[in-house]
Amino acid sequence: MTIAAPHRFTGGRRIDISQLIVWTIGGILLAIVLLGSILTLRAGHYTAAQWRDFVVFGIAQGAIYALIALGYTMVYGVLRMINFAHGEVFMSGAMTTFFLADYLNRSGFLKAHPWISLVAMLLFSGLVSMTVAVLVERIAYRPLRGAPRLVPLITAVGASFFLQYTFRGLFGSGVRAYPAIPVLQGKLWVFQKTQIAVFVGVLITLALLVLFLQRTRAGLAIRAVAEDREAAALMGVDVDRAIVTTFAVGGFMAGIAGVLYALVFVQVQFFMGFLPGIKAFTAAVLGGIGNLPGAAVGGLVLGVIESIGPSLFFDGYGIRAAHQLKDVIAFTILVLILIFRPTGLLGERLGGEERV
Amino acid sequence: MRRPIRSFTVLLLLLAFVLAACQRAQPTPTPAPAAQPSPTPAAAASPTPAAQPTPQAQVTKPTDPIGVLEIKPGEPIVLAWMLTVSGGTAQLGEDSKRGIEIAIEDLGGELLGHKIELVGEDSGCNPEGGQAAATRLAANPRIVAIVGSSCSSEARVGAPIIDQAGLVMVSPSNTAPDLTDPAKHVDAYLRVAHNDKVQGRVAAEFVVNKLGLKRVATIHDGSLYAEQLANVFAENVQKLGGTVVAQEAVSPEDTDMRPVLTRIATQQPELIYYPIFNPAGSYITLQAKEISGLENVKLMSADGLLEPQTVQNAGQAAVGLYLSGPDLTVLGPKYQEFVQKYQQKYGTKPVAGFHAHAYDATMMIVEAIKKVAVQAPDGTLYIPRKALREALYQTKNFSGLTGNLTCDQYGDCADPKIAVYEVFSTDTAGWPDSAIRKIYP
Repeated sequence: MTIAAPHRFTGGRRIDISQLIVWTIGGILLAIVLLGSILTLRAGHYTAAQWRDFVVFGIAQGAIYALIALGYTMVYGVLRMINFAHGEVFMSGAMTTFFLADYLNRSGFLKAHPWISLVAMLLFSGLVSMTVAVLVERIAYRPLRGAPRLVPLITAVGASFFLQYTFRGLFGSGVRAYPAIPVLQGKLWVFQKTQIAVFVGVLITLALLVLFLQRTRAGLAIRAVAEDREAAALMGVDVDRAIVTTFAVGGFMAGIAGVLYALVFVQVQFFMGFLPGIKAFTAAVLGGIGNLPGAAVGGLVLGVIESIGPSLFFDGYGIRAAHQLKDVIAFTILVLILIFRPTGLLGERLGGEERV
Repeated sequence: MRRPIRSFTVLLLLLAFVLAACQRAQPTPTPAPAAQPSPTPAAAASPTPAAQPTPQAQVTKPTDPIGVLEIKPGEPIVLAWMLTVSGGTAQLGEDSKRGIEIAIEDLGGELLGHKIELVGEDSGCNPEGGQAAATRLAANPRIVAIVGSSCSSEARVGAPIIDQAGLVMVSPSNTAPDLTDPAKHVDAYLRVAHNDKVQGRVAAEFVVNKLGLKRVATIHDGSLYAEQLANVFAENVQKLGGTVVAQEAVSPEDTDMRPVLTRIATQQPELIYYPIFNPAGSYITLQAKEISGLENVKLMSADGLLEPQTVQNAGQAAVGLYLSGPDLTVLGPKYQEFVQKYQQKYGTKPVAGFHAHAYDATMMIVEAIKKVAVQAPDGTLYIPRKALREALYQTKNFSGLTGNLTCDQYGDCADPKIAVYEVFSTDTAGWPDSAIRKIYP
């Protein structure tokens, strides 16, 4: 689902030296990846079941990246700006909900009514993150609406630090562990039940997002602002309101992602938003920033590549402890995609002319 | 084609953030104490020259190749800690810090007629943190000696800085063999924690001889401590006739360990040894049993995870986990007394394995200061820095909580006693007795 017509690359290509070099580097990287994969597959260390497991782990991780990436991409769509505090919005939901989860666990409610508890946790986390996202927009971004593009980027980083250390101050620097949810323990066929919960949670959230953007007036307003802010304002769309809605929706999804993350990884801490935030941003760029399905696809692709890449690409070369290189792989893939397809997998932007 | 350029700019920015992030773990430095004592010496110094015009300093001031610290009457003797007190490894450093505090309390807060002042820097359990903390401490000329660091990787980069500044440090919990390796050891560095050559050997003996397991896999996190301990363990397992089927690595920020565990599962190990830190260690504990092929694998870690957090974070999954670490059960009545003080002061039993070591490190430093300090008639105390180092190296049969400490020329002072513990319960309220029990030797 794109908000407007997908971008089509039409410009003629001018081949110059620097581009040739970049393409050569890309070609070499691609060759390394392909050769490694073939060598690994021929060596046959892994069974089919193990490859399947890699993919499943990757999708579970990637689905969470996707949810966070949607927040990045939506904000980019309407404001043409990267909201670097988004990872912290995700963290604030997960951290705050820990106390709700802990309370529910202690009171025994979690055991008695696991589903109600889970939904309550998701909603609570979503609301907390939504509030934080809206506050960040109101305090750190709105006063700078007309400023040059770099300025809100800097305040975004500032807001990110501020949130991290606020949470560190409030809740301490230690790691906290979510209680186990009894109904989500164990396996269903080859999947962990928590992984299934994540898939289902992400799918429902995505469906709701699509409905919201396509079927509601607020969604229409967001799409209009993404298309052309000035024109939308002239047509009577309340631009500030549409932007706040964007942040609220993005924040809500980040909050949901926070709880889903905690289901899979259990431990939360004040610094937890940083890496997923960076990865989700990467996913958004990978899929084509500003493009909603692109963010979802980018998240999944990134998750799967991180999970499967170290084994698939490097095992064949006999590199030891290849798993440490997973970030290298993720970012190399990003570079490759930017070389061969600068607008990302599914093409950039929500619509309208690019204003750079 | 402006887009790629823009994207690369963004990437570049991203890199800058990642670099910045490495520095983030440190809190703002403890308010610089330099400003606070200035009125005291001024007040104390003014009557002195009036009463005795001859400069006292010339009479007794000792000379020293790397400098003499002068502490005027009324000024405190400043000791410093350089430990990890934030993030996933906070319990490790906090525990050691409490050891130092109790030691100072036992001294009555005083040494040679001067109050003892304790300052410190968070070193975050990574090289960047160690470098930043060491640099800050090195910039404070009033510090006599440092107790620290917590993690070996901090000391690898921090110790040379401390050395340059003419200070001396005694680590309560660094265990990587590298730090006291004759080729790499710096003069300013000593430690009272065991060398991992010992811990890795004991762990390997436990696995091969006691458990009778032959196929092991190791995981480290790229830190000096973890990598070296994993290697020592692997070497010893091989010496004892076992096989090391996989040697993997993760990064300390990783959360999804399932892919690396699946890689390990292909080699069907009987035990996975991952001497790393929290939270990464707990992620492995939590996720290992989910992997098909690892349902019955035994898990083992080391002193980096010997803290309640390990059990709190992993819950039921931690039960059955083996942890090697300093053997605190064989320590004498002095240690029991110490634990009681600890409990009274902080309302909990010791939360990690290196509180007694920190106490010993502090006392060792105090002993050395007593040996070398020169007191001028006007009450000024001179501490020659090189002599202080030498006095520390000459420590012999120093009776500490952790045993009889004797320092060798490369700074290893420990009286190593290693035990293997097993987690048997998730109840951490009465840590350690309620959750872990010693099973070897």
